[in-house]
Amino acid sequence: MGRLSVDLCGIELDNPIIPASGTFGYGYEFAELYDINVLGTFSFKGTTLQPRYGNPTPRIAETPSGMLNAVGLQNPGVEKVIAEELPKLKRCFHKPVMANISGFSIEEYEAVSALLDKEEQVGWLEVNISCPNVHGGAMSFGTDPESAAAVTRAVKAVTRKPVIVKLTPNVTDICEIARACEAAGADGLSLINTLLCMRIDLKTKRPLLANGTGGLSGPALLPLAVRMVYQVARAVRIPVVGLGGVSRAEDVLELMLAGATAVQVGAANLVDPFACKKIIEALPEVMDRCGIDRLTDIIGQAAR
Amino acid sequence: MNARMKQRFLTIKENEPIARGVFRMVLQGDVSAVTTPGQFVNLALDGRFLRRPISVCDRSEDTVTILYKVVGQGTAQMAEMRTGRTLDVLTGLGNGFDVSAAKGATLLIGGGIGAAPLYWLARSLRENGVRATAVLGFNTESDIYYESEFSAICDGTVIATADGSRGVRGFVTDAMKDLQYDYFYTCGPEPMLKAVFHASASDGQFSFEERMGCGFGACMGCTCKTVSGWKRICRDGPVLRKGELTWED
Repeated sequence: MGRLSVDLCGIELDNPIIPASGTFGYGYEFAELYDINVLGTFSFKGTTLQPRYGNPTPRIAETPSGMLNAVGLQNPGVEKVIAEELPKLKRCFHKPVMANISGFSIEEYEAVSALLDKEEQVGWLEVNISCPNVHGGAMSFGTDPESAAAVTRAVKAVTRKPVIVKLTPNVTDICEIARACEAAGADGLSLINTLLCMRIDLKTKRPLLANGTGGLSGPALLPLAVRMVYQVARAVRIPVVGLGGVSRAEDVLELMLAGATAVQVGAANLVDPFACKKIIEALPEVMDRCGIDRLTDIIGQAAR
Repeated sequence: MNARMKQRFLTIKENEPIARGVFRMVLQGDVSAVTTPGQFVNLALDGRFLRRPISVCDRSEDTVTILYKVVGQGTAQMAEMRTGRTLDVLTGLGNGFDVSAAKGATLLIGGGIGAAPLYWLARSLRENGVRATAVLGFNTESDIYYESEFSAICDGTVIATADGSRGVRGFVTDAMKDLQYDYFYTCGPEPMLKAVFHASASDGQFSFEERMGCGFGACMGCTCKTVSGWKRICRDGPVLRKGELTWED
């Protein structure tokens, strides 16, 4: 294993850097720009059973040190993802990919998971129970420990791939949800999804996003992610994937010190399409500067 | 297929007001990814998280010219920028206009700052021997820019102002009424595009704007529905063909 490599639920990553779902499409827009095989892996666009157009526009608003999005899980549906997107991905990405799935009922999570379980290139299932931009699904499962556990159990029952449950920060006690997912069989957790927010247009005097509310991402989230990863990593024994506002190699180290085994990079990809590549290239030098030999040595060090 | 997007650091050679609240910025450097009129660039600004997508008004061997209107904090910041500084720019974004589709007498219909990308298009059409007439709509006389520039390379230039302070009183659709044409290209605010869609007598191409996250197809922030499926304005657009639009009443 190299200096940067980490083990995520039994699969070795060359480095801990994972573009976050919804900021990297199905990979090939970025594959036109650089060899995406330099990544640890990436989490593809949140996939549901049926095709979803998502919310009306505007779906995007800027904030101090970040942005809101209310895309609303636009995706072509799992069948088309398997038939069209994964074959295209296979040509440009030769590592196991993280399949991000979402749903509006436990049965839907189960059905999408069962279909993606059969796909060889899928390494992990990342179960999104935390999207704030759709009604009647996603986040409502992630804000209640029993619902979170029920989704986790249902997905675990239909797949042998590692299941990583993606948690929302829009809760009073994220550790309670984390423990419920662990008890239900989750192999790992990723956190945090976006924070539910709003902006209002001074000209129209109405919310800027057509959806009203949207999820905050970008550097503004980093300290919240660090705090929550720190708390959750101490509350569970399963690996934690940290994300929220990461844009530099230093941020990666901070989340790993807090307890993250791997780190996702989200909004940064949208403003600098080369962000993940630059972070991976910068890591050895920043580690040298911080006196870090191997990344695995620092996971959770801040809490020890 | 256009050349791939490139991230480049471009130097500001010029940044001057040309009409009320409208500025022209000339950026110099490797602009090889900018290949087609109607494409845009996406500028990173200090202290602003998202880039600012601005359409290309003209291109030379080593420069792109952009025109922008000061409408918010980002464009206000741009207006303060001095020449000589460099900007982090994603170049060569979007599909651009299909210049080869023009046939016969062609209209270039621009509204407000939306007239900007039609200028490079007009130059390209002229090189292809296409006869083009510019129809440019503004709110009032002090908003008018590039009238002489369009006049120099178009067969005719018709100005419309909403308040009647110059040219035809009314909108571009009022100015179009008396014109004969076989094809058109248009760019402007969405209500204007919709009006042109319904008023136009020929086929044509529409360039859209939308609030964008990334500008290169990753975030799905600017998706719209078309006859041929969901399209990302930034990547599958910003130019859509009339036949793709879903504005039929």
